[in-house]
Amino acid sequence: MLETKKIESHLNPAGSFDLADHPVPTGREEIWRFTPLKRLRGLHAEAEFGAPTSTTDWNTPSGVRVEVVEGDEARALRGVSGLVPNTRFAARVLAEVPSTLLVDVPAEAEVAEPIHVTVQGQDAGAAEAAHVVLRFGAHSRAVVVLDHTGHASLAQVVEVVVGDGSQVSVVSLQDWSDDAVHLTHHEASVGRDATYKHVGISFGGDVVRMDSNVHYAGPGGSAELLGLYFADEGQHIEHRLFADHNEPRTKSNVVYKGALQGQGAHTVWVGNVLIRQVAEGIETYEENRNLVLTDGCQADSVPNLEIETGEIEGAGHASATGRFDDEQLFYLRARGIAEAEARRLVVHGFFNDLIRKIGVPSLEEKLMATVEDELSKNVLKDVTEVGA
Amino acid sequence: MSTLQITDLHVSVDTEDGPKQILKGVTLTIDDGETHAIMGPNGSGKSTLAYSIAGHPKYTVTGGSVTLDGEDVLAMSVDERARAGLFLAMQYPVEVPGVSVSNFLRTAKTAIDGEAPKLRHWVKDVNKALQDLNLDPSFGTRSVNEGFSGGEKKRHEIAQLELLDPKVAILDETDSGLDIDALKVVSAGVNRFRAKEGKGVLLITHYTRILRYITPDRVHVFVDGKIADQGGPELADALEAEGYDKYLTKV
Repeated sequence: MLETKKIESHLNPAGSFDLADHPVPTGREEIWRFTPLKRLRGLHAEAEFGAPTSTTDWNTPSGVRVEVVEGDEARALRGVSGLVPNTRFAARVLAEVPSTLLVDVPAEAEVAEPIHVTVQGQDAGAAEAAHVVLRFGAHSRAVVVLDHTGHASLAQVVEVVVGDGSQVSVVSLQDWSDDAVHLTHHEASVGRDATYKHVGISFGGDVVRMDSNVHYAGPGGSAELLGLYFADEGQHIEHRLFADHNEPRTKSNVVYKGALQGQGAHTVWVGNVLIRQVAEGIETYEENRNLVLTDGCQADSVPNLEIETGEIEGAGHASATGRFDDEQLFYLRARGIAEAEARRLVVHGFFNDLIRKIGVPSLEEKLMATVEDELSKNVLKDVTEVGA
Repeated sequence: MSTLQITDLHVSVDTEDGPKQILKGVTLTIDDGETHAIMGPNGSGKSTLAYSIAGHPKYTVTGGSVTLDGEDVLAMSVDERARAGLFLAMQYPVEVPGVSVSNFLRTAKTAIDGEAPKLRHWVKDVNKALQDLNLDPSFGTRSVNEGFSGGEKKRHEIAQLELLDPKVAILDETDSGLDIDALKVVSAGVNRFRAKEGKGVLLITHYTRILRYITPDRVHVFVDGKIADQGGPELADALEAEGYDKYLTKV
């Protein structure tokens, strides 16, 4: 058996369950440098996690267990994905939250209907914390959608155990109200020859930061990390990805697309890929595209690739941030399509591509409608006026 | 009826060293139902003429006029020009990711006609147009120009020409990069368009090859932003034999 050599990755500090190892971040740390700490209502620091004020509902397709568990069972689920917290808030969530929302899909179960968990925040003034575990048995097939709306200040850890040979999709939708703050860490352990799709979609909230991490529990696993975000005036939306190729012949494919509009809209995308020495024959690709729709926006896009073996199949990344492509607009307008309609087509196309990849038909229409709503704030303003 | 009249057209383009004059007084009238070929060496301003008429923002008209049936084309926005009946088949069609060909075609047709096409006829028309240009029906679900081969892009341009049915088509080096089979397919599409009542064609090409399949009424030789010579189809034959050298040495 190959030995996994422990290495110090400057991008991915070593984790610890001990809160004492996690001083309150100052904002100078690599992993916090883009996040507006002052707007986090202390979630990153000492905010007291009260009893949950948000309401959580779900459906339970047959054969699946969805339940809030407590006590020993909840404690046994802390770090079940192999997560060793590398942030203070994640360490606090694991240490302090008494219960865990567990979605348990047994081995070989094939669940056709998506398991839809809705979290409806009620009070942005009350800090709360949540631990969610999504456990998929070997050779199972299932889709879980986590749907966040309403008012909240939420620190959250989502652990995903993707069993050997399973095919799993996890979609996390952040469609919060304007006053919400959401810090969330998603950690997935992808089993041998398993296929994991994770989709992070962020539209609403004052500050949303999602860390979506993947590591592998055996060779041959494949992870597709997709994302879509739309930042409006004053919003901070941050997505951090980490594909830790710690097993041979594993794959990761990251595609995140974002749009920004309005004064002070800020998006951050940081895509980290680490290819460890043992991880021979892996393939990885990451891509981030941002469409800047108005003045006064800022999109940060940082791909990082750390490679410790020469024996890889393929590794690459692409990042592009820009305004509307004038040539695309010219082409469409040269076919008689009015400017505002041409812009709408281009933005739809930009997101369409990605939305089609999510593979959850019940979500696609809703997402296109949300994109349409967002566009009506700026890009489509002229269209509605013309149409009126 | 359709008449495209270009009078003493001057066009410049912004460069790092300031504006550069490309077109230096082009006068040309395409009367009802005529096909004119514009030939010339690289850099003579042929494409600039095409893009200026279509209204590409990169080009600044510094003098002259362009009218379509008496209407001032230069006063119109890009999309207004298309709705007025101008069509530019581009040399380098642009990729629009995530927008399907069928959505694109329907949106364009609706914009041009001012109303959505009748669905039943439209689907039939699209399928026929694609078939006529040897494009698979599945083409409709692909993103506009994304991953198309060079030949597919050009055939897609001509399929649009037939579906959108403008008054005047400007074909900017539609023949470049086509193999002989694709050239024949594309030429047949252009000839179907020409066969309709009163359609004008401005065919811009570097090579005489396409003129074996599309016979022009007039041929203009473009050199250094001006028309250096003009004549009937026989002028193309002379160019085929002699090339552009005699015009270039005159400059």
